[in-house]
Amino acid sequence: MLTFTIRRLILSVPTLLFISLVIFLLLQLAPGDPMAQVPLTVPPEVKEKMREALGLGQPIHIQYIKWLYQFFIVEPQVMIDWMTRDTFLFGWLPDTQFSMVYNAELDRMVTEQRVISWQWRGPVMDVVIQRLPQTLWVVGMAYVVGILISIPIGIYSAYRQYSVFDQAGTFITMIGFSVPPFFTGPLLGIIFAVQLGWFPLLYDTTHEVNNWDTFVTQLKQMVLPVMVLALQTTAQISRYMRASVLDNLNQDYVRTARSKGLSEAVVVMVHVLRNSMIPVITVIALGIPSIFGGAIITEVVFGVSGIGDMFIRALLSNDLPTVQTLAFIFAILIVMFNLLADVLYGVFDPRIRYD
Amino acid sequence: MTDMTEDHFAALKDKEPAKEPRSQWQDVWSQFKKHKGAVFGGGFLLFITLFVIFGPWIWDVDPKKLDIRNKDVRPIWTALWNGDAKTLWYRPFGTDNLGRDLLANIIAGGRASMSVGWAAMILSLIIGTGVGVLSGYFRRMDFWLMRFTDLVLSLPILPLLLVAVVLFRQPLRSNFGPEMGMFILIVGVISVTSWMQTARIVRGEILALKEREFILAARSIGTSNAKIITRHLLPNVISPIMVSATLGLATAIITESALSFLGFGFPSDFPTWGKLLADAVPRMTEYPERVMLPGIAISLTVLGVNYLGDGLRDALDPRIRGR
Repeated sequence: MLTFTIRRLILSVPTLLFISLVIFLLLQLAPGDPMAQVPLTVPPEVKEKMREALGLGQPIHIQYIKWLYQFFIVEPQVMIDWMTRDTFLFGWLPDTQFSMVYNAELDRMVTEQRVISWQWRGPVMDVVIQRLPQTLWVVGMAYVVGILISIPIGIYSAYRQYSVFDQAGTFITMIGFSVPPFFTGPLLGIIFAVQLGWFPLLYDTTHEVNNWDTFVTQLKQMVLPVMVLALQTTAQISRYMRASVLDNLNQDYVRTARSKGLSEAVVVMVHVLRNSMIPVITVIALGIPSIFGGAIITEVVFGVSGIGDMFIRALLSNDLPTVQTLAFIFAILIVMFNLLADVLYGVFDPRIRYD
Repeated sequence: MTDMTEDHFAALKDKEPAKEPRSQWQDVWSQFKKHKGAVFGGGFLLFITLFVIFGPWIWDVDPKKLDIRNKDVRPIWTALWNGDAKTLWYRPFGTDNLGRDLLANIIAGGRASMSVGWAAMILSLIIGTGVGVLSGYFRRMDFWLMRFTDLVLSLPILPLLLVAVVLFRQPLRSNFGPEMGMFILIVGVISVTSWMQTARIVRGEILALKEREFILAARSIGTSNAKIITRHLLPNVISPIMVSATLGLATAIITESALSFLGFGFPSDFPTWGKLLADAVPRMTEYPERVMLPGIAISLTVLGVNYLGDGLRDALDPRIRGR
């Protein structure tokens, strides 16, 4: 199992390189000058300097390697330095200085050149780290809620196949598949925020949780975005769960378990559930990246300032380094969760042997 | 004695006249009819397609015409519970904040959304089937084509779609005009990012089919590879292609609407369902119907397509058919 995991990890390196190349080339070969937004009042020699600072004068492969170096070497180093300096978890370790280089001109240690956002005039990763928690909270909650709802629905509608509950469940999952998040968002907003007034329509990112009341406010403002995302997850996972439980209910070991005199609850909840969770766990892991895509739309609808919102803003203001970095972060998420799905499949199903 | 033999022959005879032989497609149709949702879904898809094609002749109002005197007209059914609401019989779905007729806009928007959906679906089917056939049939290409498919599958689709639209918007618009350029761009990017599932399914089917005897027979009489593919293999993979076509249509419609909703779609005066929805969101507290109508149009169409796909899958699978 360990060898398999290591092999998959090594195989994911070329995949990631290919994806980074696609993202990089797409942005580099695209028509249009990244300096087009610079005001005309800027003198040409200054423009030339700005070009050089952006690395635009160099051949594409040099730009690509530099970008890779910044993304894979410098940013993790900065991350480690920050962790040993400021975090509670690793703060006790001696402060590291991996990302510092000696600058002869200034005669002191300075941080290496990082991926700089044109829009925020600062390192892209700093903005990402500020915004990532918002996305992770909303997306993570939505996923957990979706899973908790969909698994019982899947089990029950398979156990009572073609019952009213099953028919209704199938219909609702079809709706969950078909109604896009940019419609469910405003729709739930009209119903629960405007008509009923239960939850706020917009998400307040600056809200701080420091006592019970603010915690309740936080929960309330999370309900709508979580509901929108969870609807999609629920539709997908409960469908797979139903199919998987149906497959298992007809197996011989279920008949054996029943003939031994085990109660239905034990047969379904212990024997069938554990076996039918195997394929569903893979589906759960594979679905995580796509929910980040859905989060782009949900964040725009509800005004959550997460990384999806950041991506849209960067695109609108032609901020290429941010767009590159974020697109690549999405790609890393996809590749990593694909790998996780493969590994989990092997861990949970002893019949599968990769060696 | 003679009676006995006659009885024997009588037992061999059919009690009723033999039924007409049934073709495969008759079987498919009779199974399809049993799936109520699929019939409704297919019917609705047909209805909405005809509605957006012939709608402009029936409802002869220019969707872009501003009628500033009659702006913010509520739909006619609002009068049922709110007598004071501003409603007009010749504006049955109401108008927006510039006085554009909402029904005409929904028809025009449906034209854009449906044509993008159909075109993207057909293009992605062509790419997917092509890659699938090549990689299933020619062993030498299989490894690299499938690795390539896996790589494309692990690209972040929605972010890349947005990036591609932003980057190639300007040159295509200047070459083909604002609307045609955008149409080409959106159809192109959607189909380039959605052919992978079709390719995988088709490859799997081709791999199994090409080992069958009828392919061997075809090859033994000297049929060329191109003829084997077009005459023998493609007709046999038509059913999985049809099922993935319905899925592709649904995804293409949703993706186009999502792009329009985020403001990366057609130019701002060109209505699509996603665009109408996005424009209505800021004032949805006062005029919820402007969000609801395009949203319901998208959702019902996609729901119909999904049910159609469900029914087709059941009807085209010979193992399920007849049960």
